[in-house]
Amino acid sequence: MAYALCFLLFMIGLYCAVVKKNMVKIVLGIMIMEYAVNLFLIMLGYVNGGVAPIIDRAAYDVQTHAIAPQFLKTSVDPLPQALVLTSIVISLGSLALMISICIRTYAKYGTFDITEIRRLRG
Amino acid sequence: MSGMTVIVKTVSSWVKVLIFLFGIYIILFGHLTPGGGFAGGVILASSYVLLMLAFGRRFVEENLPSSIASKLDCLGAFLFALLAILGLVLGGTFFANFLYQRYLPGEPFELVSGGTIPLANIAIGLKVGASLFLVIFALASFRYDGPTSEQKPAAQGTGQKE
Amino acid sequence: MTLFYILLVFMVIAAIIAVETKDLLSAVICVGAIGFGGSLMFLFLRAPDIAMTQIVVEVLGLIILIRATISRDLTFITGDREFVGTVASVVILFLIFMAGMRIFDALPEFGVPVFARVPETASQAYIARGLEDTGATNIVTSIYLDYRAYDTLGEATVLFTAVIGATVILRSQSRKRLEDPEL
Repeated sequence: MAYALCFLLFMIGLYCAVVKKNMVKIVLGIMIMEYAVNLFLIMLGYVNGGVAPIIDRAAYDVQTHAIAPQFLKTSVDPLPQALVLTSIVISLGSLALMISICIRTYAKYGTFDITEIRRLRG
Repeated sequence: MSGMTVIVKTVSSWVKVLIFLFGIYIILFGHLTPGGGFAGGVILASSYVLLMLAFGRRFVEENLPSSIASKLDCLGAFLFALLAILGLVLGGTFFANFLYQRYLPGEPFELVSGGTIPLANIAIGLKVGASLFLVIFALASFRYDGPTSEQKPAAQGTGQKE
Repeated sequence: MTLFYILLVFMVIAAIIAVETKDLLSAVICVGAIGFGGSLMFLFLRAPDIAMTQIVVEVLGLIILIRATISRDLTFITGDREFVGTVASVVILFLIFMAGMRIFDALPEFGVPVFARVPETASQAYIARGLEDTGATNIVTSIYLDYRAYDTLGEATVLFTAVIGATVILRSQSRKRLEDPEL
């Protein structure tokens, strides 16, 4: 059920990116899709009653250099977190690129509406 | 971008140092506590964005010109690639953690541990911070001169129809 | 568990408002609310690295979006929408949604991931041997800077390229004026 709500968020972003005619609304739809995908990847790795994948002094025995088995059993999956971390920063870079294209198009044509721009070029 | 009132200018001139210090802390302790190079770099960039919003673009341009920021950006990327190639030369494989395996193991939970991981965090933080500062500086210094002259009559027509 | 559902419903409602409102500034603020809800979700899903990165990235993204929309005159969207195209798109998206819901039955249940049931996955090896292989106590850092550092190199390249593209597009003097010695 939690996965279904996340997929619904992705579908709302996809609807906004496909149907709307304002350029900034299309960019907002792409941002909503990126948030939904990152959220879904982190939700795949959740363990019920889990702890964050950071070793603290309670889980580590200095004498024997061993990690407590309680930590091994209840820590959440660290692999999707490492991949989503780079994805979030890349989404910021691509947002900057898309918004700079929108600003440039507004400076040249005077409108954000993509049907008007198509008409002006023809 | 123009500046804001005197209250905002005074408060932000105290706060900007705290934000910058916090960003450096998040980068340096990235291998012990949550954070790392990406979050710390974005926090460093946002301290300069605060300055740009409160004092205006020209003040920041005198303090950190965009040529120096782009050189810092390239320096960060170059340091990261240099660490990878040193791993190949000294460790045997590309990106090998040569400091941890050979020279400087360190103790767990200390600042000096993890080998090349804190150095790579510093390189990534420098690169991400300088890149985002450049992008927001370019957005702030773009002057909108109006629609270009050959499209202007048609654009005004659609503007009135909207 | 109910906290997750409350935050997800909040994000879905904010997304619906962002899509349907006519004012661009309200839509931008609603997307900011989605990012904030996402950061809270990451915190309760036991991912503190991601929560910190998401909140600062979302603040900078809001600043970039507001810079694009606030000084432009056309912040209200008017005009009629085409009827047939909208209905066809909604029908196709609904079919995709139904197909996706079927696929979710094959996924493992929420809270019991794949790596907790199969003992030989990579994640188990990263958790068990992360500290002695790399020396860093933050396992996520040791993954993206030691075990899988190629992905970080790729991310640095993508960010570099995106920033170069954005800076070149926003150049306010054209090349002719820069090269022409008379101006």
